[in-house]
Amino acid sequence: MHTVSPPADFADWRNTARALLAAGRHPDEVLWAQPQEAELFGGESKPPKPNKSLTIPKAFIEMARSAAAHRDPRRWALLYELLWRISHKEPHLMALSTDPQLRQAQRWVKAVGRDIHKMHAFVRFRKVGEDELTGRESFVAWYEPDHFILPLGAPFFRERFSNMNWSILTPDACVHWNGMVMEFTAGVDRSKAPDEDSLDELWRTYYRNIFNPARLKVKMMHSQMPKKFWKNLPEAAIIPELVSRSKGQLQAMLNSEERPVKPAPKNAYLQSLHHMNRKALEALDKQEGS
Amino acid sequence: MELPQKLAILADAAKYDASCASSGAERKNSLGSPGSKAVGSTGGAGICHSYTPDGRCVSLLKVLLTNQCIYDCHYCINRRSSNVRRARFKPQEVVTLTLDFYKRNLIEGLFLSSGIVRSANHTMEMVIEVARSLRVDHHFRGYIHLKTIPEASPELIEEAGRYADRISINIELPSEEGLAKLAPEKNLARTQNAMGHIRKRMDEHSEEKRDAAMRKKARPAPFATGQSTQMIIGADNSTDHTILKRSCSLYSDYKLRRVYYSGFSPIPEPASVLPIKPPPLVREHRLYQADWLLRYYGFGVDEITDAQAPNLDLDLDPKLSWALRHRGQFPVDINRAPREMLLRVPGLGVRNTERILSARRFTRLRLADLTRLRLAMKKIMPFIETADHNPTLLGLDDDSLRARFLPPPKQMELDFVSPPPTRADRIASTTGEI
Repeated sequence: MHTVSPPADFADWRNTARALLAAGRHPDEVLWAQPQEAELFGGESKPPKPNKSLTIPKAFIEMARSAAAHRDPRRWALLYELLWRISHKEPHLMALSTDPQLRQAQRWVKAVGRDIHKMHAFVRFRKVGEDELTGRESFVAWYEPDHFILPLGAPFFRERFSNMNWSILTPDACVHWNGMVMEFTAGVDRSKAPDEDSLDELWRTYYRNIFNPARLKVKMMHSQMPKKFWKNLPEAAIIPELVSRSKGQLQAMLNSEERPVKPAPKNAYLQSLHHMNRKALEALDKQEGS
Repeated sequence: MELPQKLAILADAAKYDASCASSGAERKNSLGSPGSKAVGSTGGAGICHSYTPDGRCVSLLKVLLTNQCIYDCHYCINRRSSNVRRARFKPQEVVTLTLDFYKRNLIEGLFLSSGIVRSANHTMEMVIEVARSLRVDHHFRGYIHLKTIPEASPELIEEAGRYADRISINIELPSEEGLAKLAPEKNLARTQNAMGHIRKRMDEHSEEKRDAAMRKKARPAPFATGQSTQMIIGADNSTDHTILKRSCSLYSDYKLRRVYYSGFSPIPEPASVLPIKPPPLVREHRLYQADWLLRYYGFGVDEITDAQAPNLDLDLDPKLSWALRHRGQFPVDINRAPREMLLRVPGLGVRNTERILSARRFTRLRLADLTRLRLAMKKIMPFIETADHNPTLLGLDDDSLRARFLPPPKQMELDFVSPPPTRADRIASTTGEI
């Protein structure tokens, strides 16, 4: 049995896997030791240099890059097994979504993709300062992703907010942007991030009023915005109140008195519209008549 | 009036517009201008930054510039006959709100609409001023969706299109008669005329872009990349057939990105002309499913609804309902059937159809393979044949097959007002579209 220490990240796994493949190590002979939290960002493993160039389908590399960000400790071994199968006898494996191992990897990819998407959606920046001379603003967000997605998710924020300084803090790692470079540092505790922003109340005002109490679909909200996200969303605090009030609000609407039509104000534009519409309807009637 | 109060009134006034999509824009971002104030990016899939308890996605700051309105559309809370509280934003207030929310990653951008004040042109000018200020004064590169008024001058619609990623005109109701009754200031022909003009401009713009790319010239001035519209469901007595026919023509003649169906929802201040009732949420949902079948599954309107059965089956999704009416075309052989036929199998979506097509080049598919794709096996099995399964024993020809798919009566009662989200619902809502 050949033991390798768990890779730090995708690049690390790729080097290791290439070397193992080049050495002809069958997946059954390789033991990917269980990762320890500390090693994940430490990167201790020193794989042998690969001695042979390999052509691997691009689709596999892309899949492996995403799946590698999943928290499941079995991912390294499974990805190596897939790589082995693709390079021995099953070059078409990527087309077989019905294969149990490939399905598993695809499910990891999906979970990672969703996690990145939710991070782009639910990161909430809180303003922490503004440079007096340049007016450049600084923001900090706290976020708790399910998987190791910070490096994959961060470039989105650089593209969108390149002219702000910002940091996203997570328990696993942090990323900071100063307008020039993105810097990754070790994870921190939640207490390092601000809890509030001066705009929170205004945002809740918007959230309260854009909600339509006549069409309550709470399950739908939960499926898209599960409760685990709520603690970092300023608007989530008023959800119970909105839900509990909605029934009464709908009833009040259904019971409310109907308003009679008010006459049109004197307005030249309005009169021209009414005139045009009358003509159009007359034409339509004539058409149907003939 | 204080800003929070205005925001409350003008967000409340805007919530009946179903669209909140922020996808399909041209790729742009804030990089490449260090030291500037540029902020924002577009071009990926839309992002829903929150969800309200009505299950709807919050992607854009969706507000009216003002809810004062000289029109009297009876389904609308903001019509002139309503006694709702009125408010009016200054353009600068909307600009600041958009930027402040955007920088906190609360929104993808702005969806601005307005009640009609004085005239179409006057109103359009105010709406455009907000978009202009965001784009020009503040280098805002996020998403902007502007609601336009069909009667506004072509020059103003052109200007709106220059600043916006998406522009839209609401068709409101599928027929001229319906509009005449419920929206006396609106007119279907004028609305379609304006849509035709916008489509022509979008076509021209994409041609200019192609041309510029080929000759390596500078890119043309931007123009919106999509238009969409909304139809209100259940306010007039239009059938689903009329509605879907109208959608089809909107998709083909005007190349609309999306037609939104908005179930007529109770409003405070109802009109005597149009009594309110609980929103037809199930009907709205079935229309979205039918709309999907038209756009992605190769169905024609007349296959889904026709003069004899002009309304969709509320109990079953339209694909299953079609399959039950056309049992002669089943079972479909998963290992041999062409793509068009696989897409017609109840419970089989576009993605899994592709997976099946790709996998069957290398292997004969069995039921266990389909189970691994996590298909709804109970739904799909009566309609398919695989290497190890033939459905005749499952009663494809049995009269009771339909009954097997009906929801149990008690649940039906509960679900009528608030149906649980389906898989299609979830997929739709992750893309920011409903």
